[in-house]
Amino acid sequence: MEDTAVKKYTFKDFSSDQEVRWCPGCDDYVILRSMQKALPEMGVNKEDVVFISGIGCSSRFPYYIDSYGMHGIHGRAAAISSGVKLANPNLSVWMATGDGDSLAIGGNHFIHVLRRNLDINIVLFNNEIYGLTKGQFSPTSLIGQKTKSSPFGNTQPPFQPGELALGARARFFARLGGNSPKQMMKLFVEAEKFKGTSLIEILQNCVIFNDGCFTKYTDKAVKEDKQIYLEHGKPMVFGKNKDKGIVLKGLNLEVVTIGEEGITEQDLLVHDAKCEDNTLHQMLVKMEYPLATGIIRSFEEDTFEEREQMLTEEVKKNSKFSKVDDLFFSGETYEVK
Amino acid sequence: MIIDNNKATKKAVEQVNAVVIRFVGDSGDGMQLTGTQFTDTSAMFGNDVATFPNYPSEIRAPQGSLYGVSGFQVHIGSVEISTPGDDLDLLVAMNPAGLKTNLASVKAGHTVIVDTDSFTKKNLQKAEYETNPLEDGSLDNYRVIEVAMTSLTRESLKDLGLDNKSIVRSKNMFALGMVYWMYGRDMNHTLDFFKKKFKFKPIIAEANSKVIKAGYYYSETLELIPNSYAIAPSTMPKGIYRIVNGNTATAWGFLAAAEKSGLELFLGSYPITPATDILHELVKHKHFGVKAFQAEDEIAGITSTIGAAFAGDLAITTTSGPGLALKGEAIGLAMMTELPMVIVNVQRGGPSTGMPTKTEQSDLLQAMYGRNGESPVIVIAASTPANCFDYAYEASRLALEHMTPVILLTDGYIANGSEPWKIKSIKDMQKITTKVVDLNADDASPFDRDHETLARNWAIPGTPGLEHRVGGLEKDELSGNVSMDASNHEQMVNVRAEKVKRVANNIPEITPEYQKEGDLLVVGWGGTYGSLHSAVRGLNDEDFKVGHAHFNYINPLPKNTEDVFSKYKKIVVCELNKGQFAQVLRSQFNEVEFIQYNKVMGLPFSVTDLMAKFKNIIKED
Repeated sequence: MEDTAVKKYTFKDFSSDQEVRWCPGCDDYVILRSMQKALPEMGVNKEDVVFISGIGCSSRFPYYIDSYGMHGIHGRAAAISSGVKLANPNLSVWMATGDGDSLAIGGNHFIHVLRRNLDINIVLFNNEIYGLTKGQFSPTSLIGQKTKSSPFGNTQPPFQPGELALGARARFFARLGGNSPKQMMKLFVEAEKFKGTSLIEILQNCVIFNDGCFTKYTDKAVKEDKQIYLEHGKPMVFGKNKDKGIVLKGLNLEVVTIGEEGITEQDLLVHDAKCEDNTLHQMLVKMEYPLATGIIRSFEEDTFEEREQMLTEEVKKNSKFSKVDDLFFSGETYEVK
Repeated sequence: MIIDNNKATKKAVEQVNAVVIRFVGDSGDGMQLTGTQFTDTSAMFGNDVATFPNYPSEIRAPQGSLYGVSGFQVHIGSVEISTPGDDLDLLVAMNPAGLKTNLASVKAGHTVIVDTDSFTKKNLQKAEYETNPLEDGSLDNYRVIEVAMTSLTRESLKDLGLDNKSIVRSKNMFALGMVYWMYGRDMNHTLDFFKKKFKFKPIIAEANSKVIKAGYYYSETLELIPNSYAIAPSTMPKGIYRIVNGNTATAWGFLAAAEKSGLELFLGSYPITPATDILHELVKHKHFGVKAFQAEDEIAGITSTIGAAFAGDLAITTTSGPGLALKGEAIGLAMMTELPMVIVNVQRGGPSTGMPTKTEQSDLLQAMYGRNGESPVIVIAASTPANCFDYAYEASRLALEHMTPVILLTDGYIANGSEPWKIKSIKDMQKITTKVVDLNADDASPFDRDHETLARNWAIPGTPGLEHRVGGLEKDELSGNVSMDASNHEQMVNVRAEKVKRVANNIPEITPEYQKEGDLLVVGWGGTYGSLHSAVRGLNDEDFKVGHAHFNYINPLPKNTEDVFSKYKKIVVCELNKGQFAQVLRSQFNEVEFIQYNKVMGLPFSVTDLMAKFKNIIKED
């Protein structure tokens, strides 16, 4: 990308000629459209954009974006993306994945890509169900959830994706309901700007197999009261009337009402997404009321590929080899005359 | 110490063509270093050499135990040397366990050198000897040279003020000094080696130098060694050489292919014996821009490689049998997306975890067929430590020119074995023409194919105007879009198969060695080349009409294969498995009769056994 001017795009430039084949009403359409609108805002040439996916409904995503893309195999998108990024760090690498793809079969690659901190962007479509295989419980399905593979109720406790990600040292974690296209677009742009692995969990409603699983947080009628949209440097305020807030009491987060018991906005926690210590971020991702959305953590440090590049430059500077012949003919050679 | 050159000349000097020597001791006794030094010195003297290390899978097995014995075998000669050798002319045993586990390999009447200091009651017990073999007559069939190496080492270092551990550690150099004297080798190479290796520990360099000299001069004056041996330099082709093992040669072949093709080299790998040394070698070469990525598992090893191939690198992944099994699904994706990459499988004893440090050829069918669906890939095999360089290069060339994954098979025997390599300069290597898309060409679409090879174009992310998607789903032949159309699928299956088949136009024909027709054709593939070659040479020396066809290209086979088979009365396929290549051959040449000779013991073939077997086959009706 260097110093060449970035071309101007509209969302149409990132729409491929492929017919989109998700179920009518699926949140995936919202995610796709938000992405197609966000991409022109990122200042990246479209030939430098690469979308990688694994398997599942979400993993059809690359076919619909007119850029470079690979629809991989189940669970391996994080490893494929890592290879792409290491091979060419100038590319803007995106990964579309789901709760089955990344938290079950691809769990290992998921935690390691977060640990290494490559500059790639992961969009995790969490619908708490397996959609493409038609309705089995996933690693985020709730205990008691009735699915095709748990007709009497699920007995496996779920992962909380944010908790798992922060445990794996995620530097950027954001969460959002699948019905918030404007905020979603903004988050995608922020994720691209962030240097390091960005993980965006979208609470994505599956209209066929798990309809309404996030309604208690995402329904328009309750959204503002049940979610808090976090912004770095701003006090943690939420609610339709902006009268609720969050304070730290002892080792717990608590909801308070501004104006009651002498509470003012000054008493509320101010969101610090950029601090290195993730203790508070952990508490925020686990909080059930209100549900924390927006950018919960955004802590920048050197990326894996930067460390690799720096080391390579260092080694090159001190090396006596510039061509392989130098190596082959070096050291312990002997001549047969 | 005063050097008395006259003394040496008093001994008889016997001329020999070749000898096989094995150094054995505890895993901590430095046997690999001892063997390597003897090898390098002999190679620089002009001998042909071949080596094989044999070490336990335990890192530091309990001292003195039978399973903790580490060995290094070297075969040197004034004649062509093709294998590390079968039976031993000399065994150097640093302890009773080493003697016990290796004595059976020593030729009757030949020499065994032992460190008598290590034959303590405790060590004899650990080696499960009920009586001391040095005293009970069990070594009567050998010429045993008993030397108190530990005490002599201690004596020679008494003025240096070293701790006991460092002193005892140097005793392997006493043994090396003795062997140097026996074979008339110059110590200078090793003395220089100490200076370099212990640049910052001059006292250790001095200690090692003292001990090796002590061993050398002790032998010179010792009446126990009746004679020394001279092995003249061999007549190898002129050129600059170095000693390489197969894993290093493999790594260097990829370095050469990357430079020649103008691509950057990416390695995605997960540690596994005996393939890890390729990773160890390539991580050293960041100065060439090598991107060596140690992944979280075998699957990430190959899928990161697929990502790197998509992004335009010469991408490789290295593994051994169990890892190849884990990579199976991803190899299918690489084949389906038609991306160039090399998968190296350094075969080891299987199945399952099997025998990690032992050799076998039992992954051939896995390489050929170990994937879901109709998923042919190119399969090639290196056959000597040094030609691992050529076949790593060739695997890269074929992958890049044909846009398909290539599986390169080597094995633990050639990966860890070493021999002289006549160094190749990059300018002498065959050209590699990548399929990286030429934006000015008419057929710049990523899904357009070369009419001759059927290889598709390689449109690399970052190239404007060629944005496209690939994936594991079946794609339409022309547009590359996802297609579930029945006849398109069959057509695509045929195209992918035909693409691999046409690789036969881009590889050399097979040329049998020795007889071009005759009573018997010995067929092999991969790492058994040295043993089969030696056996066939032996038979031809005895005037048998035997040829040797050794296959490096397995899928597809060379075009003239059937023609070669038709020239012999009998064909025997020799493999370190239960007949996997024989099965592949039968599936393609169902008119031809293939006799099998198989061995699955985690060990290479014995040349003696092979010769006996071949003679029997020729005699049988």
